Amino acid sequence: MTEKERKELLQKLLEKQRVGQLRPADRYKIPPQEMPQRDHVARRSNVNEVALGYTETQARLEAMRCLQCKNSPCIKGCPVQIRIQDFVAAIAEGDYKKALAIIKENSLLPAVCGRVCPQEVQCQQTCTVGLKFKDPTKAVSIGRLERFVADLGDDNTSVPAVAPETGMKVAVVGSGPGGIVAAADTRRAGHDVTMFEAFHKPGGVMVYGIPEFRLPKAIVQREIDTLRKMGVKIVCNFIVGRTRTVEQLMKEDGFDAVYIGVGAGLPSFMGIEGESLVGVYSANEYLTRSNLMKAYDFGKGADTPIARSKKVAVIGGGNVAMDSARMAVRLGAEKVYLLYRRTEKEMPARIEEVEHAKEEGIEFHILQSPKRIIGDENSRVTAIECLKYRLGEPDESGRRRPIPIEGSEFTIEVDTVIIAIGNIANPLIRQTTPGLEFNKWGNIVVDENCKTSLQSVYAGGDIVLGAATVILAMGQGRTAAAAINQYLAQKKKSKRQI
Amino acid sequence: MPHRIVSKKQISENVFTAEIEAPLIAQAGKPGQFVIISISSDYSERIPLTIAGADPQKGTIRLIWQRVGKTTAELSDLKVGEKIANVVGPLGKPTHIENFGTCVCVGGGIGNAPLLPIVKALEKAGNKIISIIGARTKELLILEEEFAKISDELIVTTDDGSYGRKALVTEPLKEVCQRSPKPNLVFVIGPAIMMKFCCEVTKKFNIPTQVSLNTIMVDGTGMCGGCRIEFDGQPKFVCVDGPDFEGHKVNFDLMIKRLNAYKDQEQRAYEDYQKHRCKIGLDKTRNPKHEIRNKSE
Repeated sequence: MTEKERKELLQKLLEKQRVGQLRPADRYKIPPQEMPQRDHVARRSNVNEVALGYTETQARLEAMRCLQCKNSPCIKGCPVQIRIQDFVAAIAEGDYKKALAIIKENSLLPAVCGRVCPQEVQCQQTCTVGLKFKDPTKAVSIGRLERFVADLGDDNTSVPAVAPETGMKVAVVGSGPGGIVAAADTRRAGHDVTMFEAFHKPGGVMVYGIPEFRLPKAIVQREIDTLRKMGVKIVCNFIVGRTRTVEQLMKEDGFDAVYIGVGAGLPSFMGIEGESLVGVYSANEYLTRSNLMKAYDFGKGADTPIARSKKVAVIGGGNVAMDSARMAVRLGAEKVYLLYRRTEKEMPARIEEVEHAKEEGIEFHILQSPKRIIGDENSRVTAIECLKYRLGEPDESGRRRPIPIEGSEFTIEVDTVIIAIGNIANPLIRQTTPGLEFNKWGNIVVDENCKTSLQSVYAGGDIVLGAATVILAMGQGRTAAAAINQYLAQKKKSKRQI
Repeated sequence: MPHRIVSKKQISENVFTAEIEAPLIAQAGKPGQFVIISISSDYSERIPLTIAGADPQKGTIRLIWQRVGKTTAELSDLKVGEKIANVVGPLGKPTHIENFGTCVCVGGGIGNAPLLPIVKALEKAGNKIISIIGARTKELLILEEEFAKISDELIVTTDDGSYGRKALVTEPLKEVCQRSPKPNLVFVIGPAIMMKFCCEVTKKFNIPTQVSLNTIMVDGTGMCGGCRIEFDGQPKFVCVDGPDFEGHKVNFDLMIKRLNAYKDQEQRAYEDYQKHRCKIGLDKTRNPKHEIRNKSE
């Protein structure tokens, strides 16, 4: 469909709507709008964003596909309950400011979430349009619409209003999505907020983990700038647990409440032979080197090196695996294999990321996993020995359990292996915060308000949930901030009474 | 907050020391811990350096480094009053200090620097200290005076015999291990290959041996796993599980290979930097005897 045809169609639909004759059947007939994207050959050699965003006409057409269901199943699928049908209706009307304002009631980072949320298992999974076509990819593209209005709103982002100073101090530990939201929400209530970050740049996983081609760093920077404009203090190179402990922050530095949002932060390895060979990376290391440290510019200004690989095997089937594989392509690898023990159906990665990875030439090897990694006399990786798998009965995660097929060993020649099988909880806070309760996996235990076992200490995101998503971390940041605001209001009141 | 260089000194052709403003780290740091620095925020790499001393009152930490690559060369070119953009720490677990009895502390080359605060702490805890410090040649031997002050016995070696005993540190180490009663604990800090051979010596005598490892790191908080070593057949992260390890269980051969993972690229970056440096005339300051000190010192 050309832009001209789209414009004509939109005019027709608007006319029908104006005279009250736009029926659901008409809406079903509107073709789902494809996301314009960068050419898959050209994009292999740079880190520019792949998805380019809807045009205005596309956005309005896509918004008109929404049936405005009375029971709004989409909202039930959203972790932060954005009033989806209302913002989509506003887009259909062409009132983008209103649409953005509706989203911002519940989500502080629409430009981020519009890009990285797994909508197909959230709002779009329950969308009536998708159900009608029995295809979640034909649901209303809520995420793309969210991104459309968020990107439009860029130029005139107003700084949220901040209540009069309360004199209470809040420490936010970690500057990822949860931390950003917790900082913004507590600052809005007038508290003196300091956000601590271990790295030299704030943004957490959105900066070191998710690559530029999926989430441009300028977007994250804008959110950080907004926080600064609101008066949130951001302290980088500060490791809570090492530079200062949680206890010191509260007892010596005068913080009245602490939000811990440090992320998962410890990569899982497979426990197989050869994992410490030269050329074996955790996805965290591979992505941090390339994203945060800009190793893709090594020799062109950047000082951080990364393997110059020819043949790469990425192990795992999640978004991080896709990110690693696609980054390897951009760093010049000739062959990139993605090995996954289950089938494509069980892959936790977003459908869009899987498609992009395939377009970029990544070879999917499903039902395969390495048994050992083989190196040469210099301990450099030369190959992986793999086993073939078949699917058995569903396990506790509900996915069918992969079972290795005995005697099915075979080898693939590679010079680099990237292990992207998930993260476990970083033990640093646990080791340095007596009295804080953790579960057996090392995650912090919280109540429904994200409050921990310690007085005035709250937590959220991956350190509570295990490996989760940006939107879930954001949701917890918001919950915790509301609880902190309530707690501090009470604390202030009781202080006054004394 | 950028970190000002308060004082700086060139110890030998490629070894430098500087005092750097880092009040929080000076307060929190303990012997055995390290920092990660990067010179500017956008394109610089992050490198780990051991804290060689701290002055909590003054709010400074002491770093000692050897010019081996681009970042250490760039660091060597910074002048007093100039700033390092990022210094994060203290990282790693502090060295476990108690009264073990007799401790043999072996330092090689620049390893003497991180060893010194540990020896001080061991001495304070009541240990008898036998220090063995070595270097390739007299010029490269550092901190001899400081070690002399706190050691019950000090043995100095140079590979070429230009100063002290002509030997590798393993030779006197072996002799000390043969004494009766044998030492209770050995600490070794130095080049990976030296730590490997020291561990081979002490293993024969079954004397527990602590080493402090300095591997390639990115974040230093356990997030990337780039620093992992094989310890007793299991992967361990130097940044959070270490940097101190029981040396007899460390796979040094693999560690040394991992240390060389980016050798070619590092070499290229260093050469590019040197070329660039000549062009802008920085090379004039490159005099082995050149010393920069703050007036207040």
